[in-house]
Amino acid sequence: MNFTFSEDQLLFQDSVRDFLVNEVTPEKIRASWEKDDGRDPLLWQQIVEMGLPGITVPEEFGGLGMSELDFVLLAQECGYVALPEPLVHNALVAVPMLKELGGELAAQWLPKIAAGEAKVAVGLEQNILVEDAHTAELLLIQKGDDIFALTPQQVTLRHNESIDPSRKLYAVEFEDSVPPLASGAQAAALINTALNRGALACAAQALGLAQRMIDMTVLYTTDRHQFGKPIGSFQAVKHHMANIAVRLEYAKAPVHRAAYAIANGQASASRNVSHAKIVACEAAKLAAKNTIQAHGAMGYTWEVDLHIFMKKAWALANTWGDEGFHKTRVSDYILAEDAILGAGSTF
Amino acid sequence: MDLSFTPEQNAFREEIRQWLAEHVPTQPLQSFDTEEGFRQHRAWEATLNEGRWGMVTWPEALGGRGCDLIEWLIFEEEYYRVGAPLRVNQNGIFLLGPTLMEYGTEEQKARILPRMATGEEVWAQGWSEPNAGSDMAAIRSTAEIDGDNYVINGQKTWSTRAVWADWTFGMFRTDPESQRHRGLTFILVPLDTPGITVRPIPQLDGLPGFAEIFFDNVKVPVANRLGDEGAGWSVAMATAGFERGLMLRSPARFQETARRLVELYKENRATADKDPAVKEAVLRAYMDAESYCLSTYQTACRLIQGGKIGAESSTNKIFWSELDQAMHATAMSILGARAELLPHAPDASGVGNWLDGWLFAQSGPIYAGTNEVQRNIIAERMLGMPR
Repeated sequence: MNFTFSEDQLLFQDSVRDFLVNEVTPEKIRASWEKDDGRDPLLWQQIVEMGLPGITVPEEFGGLGMSELDFVLLAQECGYVALPEPLVHNALVAVPMLKELGGELAAQWLPKIAAGEAKVAVGLEQNILVEDAHTAELLLIQKGDDIFALTPQQVTLRHNESIDPSRKLYAVEFEDSVPPLASGAQAAALINTALNRGALACAAQALGLAQRMIDMTVLYTTDRHQFGKPIGSFQAVKHHMANIAVRLEYAKAPVHRAAYAIANGQASASRNVSHAKIVACEAAKLAAKNTIQAHGAMGYTWEVDLHIFMKKAWALANTWGDEGFHKTRVSDYILAEDAILGAGSTF
Repeated sequence: MDLSFTPEQNAFREEIRQWLAEHVPTQPLQSFDTEEGFRQHRAWEATLNEGRWGMVTWPEALGGRGCDLIEWLIFEEEYYRVGAPLRVNQNGIFLLGPTLMEYGTEEQKARILPRMATGEEVWAQGWSEPNAGSDMAAIRSTAEIDGDNYVINGQKTWSTRAVWADWTFGMFRTDPESQRHRGLTFILVPLDTPGITVRPIPQLDGLPGFAEIFFDNVKVPVANRLGDEGAGWSVAMATAGFERGLMLRSPARFQETARRLVELYKENRATADKDPAVKEAVLRAYMDAESYCLSTYQTACRLIQGGKIGAESSTNKIFWSELDQAMHATAMSILGARAELLPHAPDASGVGNWLDGWLFAQSGPIYAGTNEVQRNIIAERMLGMPR
């Protein structure tokens, strides 16, 4: 039993955090909102130079051959800066899906992903819309019981604006004549694992988002004075913040456990991920609720950066399986006749 | 990261499981807040000690097994899984014992620990005073040096188990000129010393689970001091330290409550589902108990590898105490009109011991530093908010 990350994993997290905090500033995010595609090619180039898109790509295809467990800490850091580029879902959803598909498709695309030359979008019906379909060179799209591999030339995209200007969402349409890439049981398994990885990606980012909202608000409530004191010295404000810290602290281990379960192909992965996503997204939503309150009217403005993180937290809570989906999954598990619960049942 | 147990850890689990299967009383003991129940629980401590299962985290030389925190969690999982009796001497075993090992003299350790292990001497805590609750540094009870003795005067209160316990431990002001945290000394006091009056305080269930202790010129040897004179605050902080808190509130207890809650819900769905909030609350109980377990294992592993615990430990107490309240509140909702009935009431079928747990859960957010104090600590020390 060793429920800790290795020193290497933690060092990697540190260096990625340093990079992201320096490069992905709220100013840059706001600048990207002014652009049609909402993306920053220079930033993507830096991400590629750090080797981040290839982390989960097998070494034979030019990647680092790391697992979901290695990436989960990095996904937290991507959440911390509300990274608009589609790194997390490429590394955590698209790459593993291509690995599972194998064959020519994997051999063709994984080296390009590792080299930063191609992005892949995965669209599941749970999500209705497809994130970052507009910058993808390959689209893996679920339709009913099938999965299709599509090039940009084969699809028509219809942009749907999100309240989070960083999120680029598209309805993807294509001709019925395209043959499916996978069907039946194979497709069902791929869809389930992709959904789990997407949910894990949301959960990990939610941890980072919650931490960021706490950090910003601690600064704000230390600077902002009323009644001759920093408002952060008032217990009513402190307790709002402490409540977030409690929920956030206890959401971390479930997320790490879910990453471990996925990386090791454990049978419990689905319910572990659902548990993790519920508690991590709830922590982030509580962070949004309590930090906007601590910011007062400033928190309700477009000018203050808080909304960059708040809106992402709201969005992630209901994508890659909404709250009802994930709660039903866990609830079905605990209410089943053969459920093994109680002390000693966790591992 | 490796989330599987080693063969040694599995063997350890098997060993404790077998021993418990052979030794746990088939009939539940009476409450240890009754005289007879206290006697029964003291006897159980002796039985545990004979099997060398009483103090598993203590060093082998002191009758323990030198277990690390993971083995401790395994032990607790098996212990709660079979519903073994509560630990009447928990304030001694988990709070004072480890503090003695750190600060005690060899003589103190040799005199006190073996009798604590057998349950011959049960310990009550003596922290709070009428005007020193959340503000513990406001302690006024004094201990004045008189030759080889301290002469203690004053009053302690909310002393858990003090009604039938043999000893108490707590802080007393040895420097009358001192303020706040300074000038306090940690002293061990036999409760049968002349000048001591113990006045039981009935708790919500009507039983005297705690007491006031009055000290009227009570003489105890200076040799009963733990740590240096005037260093009581730092000794007490060690006693209240996180690892001990972890040992007192291991996840197994809450996971078992969550499991019983799921069962209660399944048995009563026809009525329980009339309130759609109940199903969600049951789900939440399971998830939070699971989160608590996962986080505790993660922390334990970090500590074993030499990591330090920081102010985030204050989140621990809030999490488990509010979880415990929420789980029992849900059980009360499921039981509906039966919830208020005492278990022995003639028509109280299927109420189990939920009412008892509900009452006890009310104390969680209050004792060991109220949750409001914990929230201040989190905000100031963990998050760095201004004082």
